[in-house]
Amino acid sequence: MLEFIMQPWPWWFSGVVISFIMFILLFFGKSFGFSANLRTICAIGGAGKKVKFFDFDWKKQVWNLVFLVGAIIGGFIAKEFLSGGDYAVQISEATVRDLGALGFAAPTSMQPGELFSFSSAFSLKGFLILAIGGLLVGFGARYAGGCTSGHAISGISDLQVPSMIAVVGFFIGGLVMTFGIFPLIF
Amino acid sequence: MKFIKFLLAGVLFGIVMTKSEAISWYRIQEMFRFQAFHMYGIIGTAVVLGVIGVALIKKFKMRDASGDPIVFHPKAKSIPRYLIGGIIFGLGWALSGACPGPMVVNIGYGFLTMFIVLVFATIGTYLYGVLQKKLPH
Repeated sequence: MLEFIMQPWPWWFSGVVISFIMFILLFFGKSFGFSANLRTICAIGGAGKKVKFFDFDWKKQVWNLVFLVGAIIGGFIAKEFLSGGDYAVQISEATVRDLGALGFAAPTSMQPGELFSFSSAFSLKGFLILAIGGLLVGFGARYAGGCTSGHAISGISDLQVPSMIAVVGFFIGGLVMTFGIFPLIF
Repeated sequence: MKFIKFLLAGVLFGIVMTKSEAISWYRIQEMFRFQAFHMYGIIGTAVVLGVIGVALIKKFKMRDASGDPIVFHPKAKSIPRYLIGGIIFGLGWALSGACPGPMVVNIGYGFLTMFIVLVFATIGTYLYGVLQKKLPH
C-alpha cells in the first residue's frame, strides 16, 4: 500500500480520484471548475467597479478559493511526503527525442529547467513564454466558460455539447502550439 | 470550519495532480504529441466514471449534503465562444504546460516561477472581462 502511494500513480487510479473529487463537490452543493477562481480574484481586487463581468457576489466563491489553497498544500505534501522529493518524469522515448530536437534535455525533474528555472524565467524570452502562456490560458478559459476541470471533466460528465466543443478547441490550440509554433520559438 | 471539507478536497486534488504527473509540462507535451496513453487514461477514466455517476444522480434525483436536489446547469448553446475560447486556452495550455489547477499545484510543489504564469492568467481573465462585449459569443 505504502509502496503504491509512494510511486507515481497509474492513470486509472488518478482518474478514479479525480472523479471522486468531482462527486464530493457535487455532494457539497458545488461544481468542480478551477478557473472560476481567477475571476473571483479579479473581483476581490476590485475589478467589479470598472467591469461588469466582475461585479458579482464573490463571497459565494470563497469555498473555491479554499479549494485552491488546498491544492497548493496538496502539491507540497505530494512532493515532500508522498514521493521522496522531486524526480525525473518517465515520459516516452519518442517525446524525449522530439523535445530533444527542440533543444530540451531529457527530464531530470517534474518540470523542464529550460522553462521554469529562475535563470530562464527571468530572461526576456523565458519570461515572455510564461507570461504569454498564462495570458492565453486565463483569457481562453473565461472566453470558453471553463477550463479542463469545468469542461473536460464536469461538462462532459454531464454530456454537455458546449463542453465537447470547448475540448475540441483545447486540442486544436494545443496541436497548433506544439506542431506549428514550437518549432519557431524553440 | 464549514470550509474545511473544501480545503481537504483541494489537498486531495493537489496530491492527485502531482502523483499522476498531470502537473508536468512533459506530460502535456506527450499528450499533444499522442505519444503516450497516460493523460488520456486519466481524463478518460474520470469522464467515464463521471458520466455514469451524473446519470445515476439524475435518474435517482439524488440530493446533496444539505438535502437540496443536485442540479446541473446546461451551458448556453453556442459554437464560437467555446471553439475560439477553447483554441486560445489550448495554445496557452501547450505553451505553459499548465491549466489553472496545475498552476497552483506547481507552486506548492516548489516551482515558484509558475507564479508568473498564474499572475498573467489572472490578467488574461481580466482582459476577457474588459473585452467581453466586443467578442463573438
